[in-house]
Amino acid sequence: MKTFVALVALVATGILTQAQVTFDRLRNTEREPGNWLTYSGNYSSHRYSALDQINAQNVKNLKPLWAYQFDALDKAETTPLVVDNVMYLTESPSNVIALDTRTGRALWSYRRVVPKDVRICCGLVNRGVAVLGDLVFVGTVDAHLIALDAKTGSVRWDATVADYKTGHAITAAPLAVKDKVVVGMAGGEFGVRGFVDAYDAKTGKQAWRFWTVPVKGEPGSETWGGDSWKNGAATTWVTGSYDPDLNLVYWGTGNPGPDWNGDVRPGDNLYSDCVVALDADTGKLKWHFQFTPHDLWDLDSTEVPVLVDGEFRGQQRKLMLFANRNAFYYVLDRQSGQFLHGRPYAKQTWATQLDDRGRPVAAPGAEPTETGVKVYPHAAGGTNWFSPSYSPKTNLFYVAARESGAMYYKGEADYKAGAEYNGGGMRNIPGEPGSGAIRALEPATGQLRWEYPLFSPPWAGVLSTAGGLVFGGCDEGYFFAVDAAAGKPLWRFQTGGKIIANPMSYLSAGKQHVAIAAGHAIYAFALEN
Amino acid sequence: MWQAQLPTEVPKQNPYTSVSDVQRGKRLFAANCAVCHGPEGAGGRGANLAEPSLRRAPDDPSLFLVIRQGIPGTEMPPGWWVLDEREMWQVAAYVRSLGRIAVENVPGDARAGAHLFRANGCMGCHQVGAGGGRLGPSLTDIGSRRGAAYLRATVLDPASTLPEEFLQMRIVTRDGRRITGIRLNEDPYSVQVRDLSDNLHSFWKDELASLEKQPGLTPMPGFRGRLSARDLDDVVAYLVSLRGDR
Repeated sequence: MKTFVALVALVATGILTQAQVTFDRLRNTEREPGNWLTYSGNYSSHRYSALDQINAQNVKNLKPLWAYQFDALDKAETTPLVVDNVMYLTESPSNVIALDTRTGRALWSYRRVVPKDVRICCGLVNRGVAVLGDLVFVGTVDAHLIALDAKTGSVRWDATVADYKTGHAITAAPLAVKDKVVVGMAGGEFGVRGFVDAYDAKTGKQAWRFWTVPVKGEPGSETWGGDSWKNGAATTWVTGSYDPDLNLVYWGTGNPGPDWNGDVRPGDNLYSDCVVALDADTGKLKWHFQFTPHDLWDLDSTEVPVLVDGEFRGQQRKLMLFANRNAFYYVLDRQSGQFLHGRPYAKQTWATQLDDRGRPVAAPGAEPTETGVKVYPHAAGGTNWFSPSYSPKTNLFYVAARESGAMYYKGEADYKAGAEYNGGGMRNIPGEPGSGAIRALEPATGQLRWEYPLFSPPWAGVLSTAGGLVFGGCDEGYFFAVDAAAGKPLWRFQTGGKIIANPMSYLSAGKQHVAIAAGHAIYAFALEN
Repeated sequence: MWQAQLPTEVPKQNPYTSVSDVQRGKRLFAANCAVCHGPEGAGGRGANLAEPSLRRAPDDPSLFLVIRQGIPGTEMPPGWWVLDEREMWQVAAYVRSLGRIAVENVPGDARAGAHLFRANGCMGCHQVGAGGGRLGPSLTDIGSRRGAAYLRATVLDPASTLPEEFLQMRIVTRDGRRITGIRLNEDPYSVQVRDLSDNLHSFWKDELASLEKQPGLTPMPGFRGRLSARDLDDVVAYLVSLRGDR
C-alpha cells in the first residue's frame, strides 16, 4: 500500500510518474493492483482486480467520471492498460491514445494511416496494447507490430509481421514476455497460414515464429490431406497467457480454412482449434491440445486460457481453465497438456460427448450441407474472444455465455489469394433470436454455481474484483455489476452503445475506477464522493 | 498492386441483367455474401436484402458502389477485393432479383378491394400512403414486398404469416394496470410497447407484475368466412396493387 501513497502524493503535484515497466513488474502484477499492466490483468489471465474499494454495499453509488469519444465508428473492442496514472488504449483501425486517468484528457495519440485495401473479416478493430520498459506495443490491421515511446507516442520501431494483401492482420493485444513481444495474427477467413510470432522488444527483430500449420513432413502435417495445409488458417487473433515458472506461453488457435467445407482438408487439421504451449525463449511447441478436430462450424479456439493453481480431485495441480467457443468447458494440466475434465457450459449439438482424452464424439447429422443443417452453438460460439474471469476470492470461473444456434451450409471452396475462403455459409435460425448469461462455474468441475440471464447473446467479457463483484456488459448497452458469490444484480448504467469489449479496473488518485469501451467511447466509473 | 480506385463514372443502370448474369450473380453471392446475408439474402449477421428497396442502395449505381466499396464502419467489406467489375454488377443483378415481386395477374377488382379495405376497418391499423393507423405494418408498398398467395393467406389467417420482429405482449404493472401491445424494443431491464389504442409505453421490468410474450398472436382478426370468395379476390387485388407509387 506504500506505493499508492507515494503515487497519490506525486499526482497531487500534477506529475505523472512513469517508472519503467520491467518484466519483474509484469510477472508480479499482484504487488500493484492499482495498475493494469497486461491485457488480461496478469499473466494467468484472471481478469481479476484485487482492488476492493468498490464493493457490494457501495457499488450503487458508482457513477461515470468521464468518457473519451473515439473518432472511428468501427467497433471498440479495446481493453485499456493503466500504468501509473496513464491509460493506454486503442481505437480503430490501429491507433493508440494515452490518457491521464484523472481527467480523461489525452497526453498523446498515435494515428496510423492504414492502406485502404486491408482485408479483415470482422471489422477494423484492435483490442489493446502491451507495455514493457518505456515502450508501448500495438499490432496493426495491416499486419505490422509497432513500438511506441510511452511518453510521446513516437514510433521507436516498426516491424512487418506479414503481408496484409493476403488477408493477414493483427487485431489482438500483444503480450510482453521477458525481453520479447509475442503477437498473434488474424485472417482465418482468407486461407492464410497461421503463426505466433515473438520480437525483440528493444529492436523489433523477429526472435521466433511458431507456425500453427505444419509444413509437409513435419509432425502434424499428416492431419492435412493433400496440399490443404497451405491455406490451413489456424490463426491466433486473441492474446494468450504465460506461466513464468514453466516458461510457457499458451495461445489459442483459430478455425481451419475453409471454415465450413471440410472435404478439401481431410484429417484433424493440426494445430487448428487448439491451445498450444510454446517455449517462451524459442517458440518451440511443448504440447498442444485440440478442442475441435476437423472443425466444420468455424469454432475458433481463440479464447483466453485461464491459468489457476488449484485442487483437482484431491491433488494440487497447475491447471488451465478454458471455456471454448465450441460450448464445452475444459480443465487441462498446463504442464503436460493432459485433458482432465470437460463438459458443456452452453447448448451444443455438434458432439455427443467428450471421450476420456477430451476428444469429441461427432454427433450424427451435424455436418454442414448444401441445403443447411441446424447446429448449436452458432458460429459465434458458446462464448467468443471476449474474456472470462477467475476470482481467487470466490474460487469461481466466470464466463459470458451465448445461447444460440445457426443453420450451416456447405459451399464451394476455391482458394484465391486475398479473397474470403469460407467454403459455405451460415445464417441465424428464423424465430430464434438467442439469449445469454453470465455463468459462474466451479473451476475443477465446470458445474454451474449461478447464472445471471442476458436478453441477447453477449459480446462483452467479464471482470471480477476483490470487492466481491463481477462486471459485465450487454448488447443493449448496459454496463452492470452483479454479486460475485450469487449473481445478484447490484448496479447498472446505460452507456448508449452496444458493448463489445472487456472491463478492467485500476486506481487513479488513490480511488478505484472501472473502465469499459461501449459504442464509440470509453467510460471510466468511480464512486461518488 | 491493388488499387482502390473508383471507376470514373458508374453506369446509371446495371449493364449485366440477363438471366445468365443473374445466375452467375447467384453463385458469386453464395460464395462471397451468403456468409453474412444468408443464402437467399434474407439476412443474418448482415442485412436482409430480400426487400424491394434497400436503405443504402435505392438505385443501381448506389447498389454497385455498396458492393464495390463496402460500408465503412461496418463488417461489409469492399467487393473489389475479390470480384471484377462485371462480377459485381452480376451480384447486384441477383440482389435486385431477391426482393422484387413482379406484378401478378390476379382475379378481382382492385378498386372494389380498396372500398372493402376501408369498409372493413383495415385503415384503423394499417397505413396506406399518407393515411391510416399505426398498429399494424404499413401496407403502402406491400404489393412489391409480398406475393398474392402470401397476402391471401394473411387476410384469411393473419397469425400464419407474422413477421419475425412482430410480437404481441400482455403486461400487468405492479399497480394493476393491464396493457396489451406490440413490442417496440426490449432489453434485460426494460421494455417499450405500443398498445392497441396507439399509446406508447416504456417500463422498467421491475415495475411489472407480469410480462407475457404472445408469439403467434396478433390483434388483427382473420377474415376467413367473413369475406365472400369474390370480396377476398378484390381485397387481394387491391393489396397487390399497392406498390409504393407516389
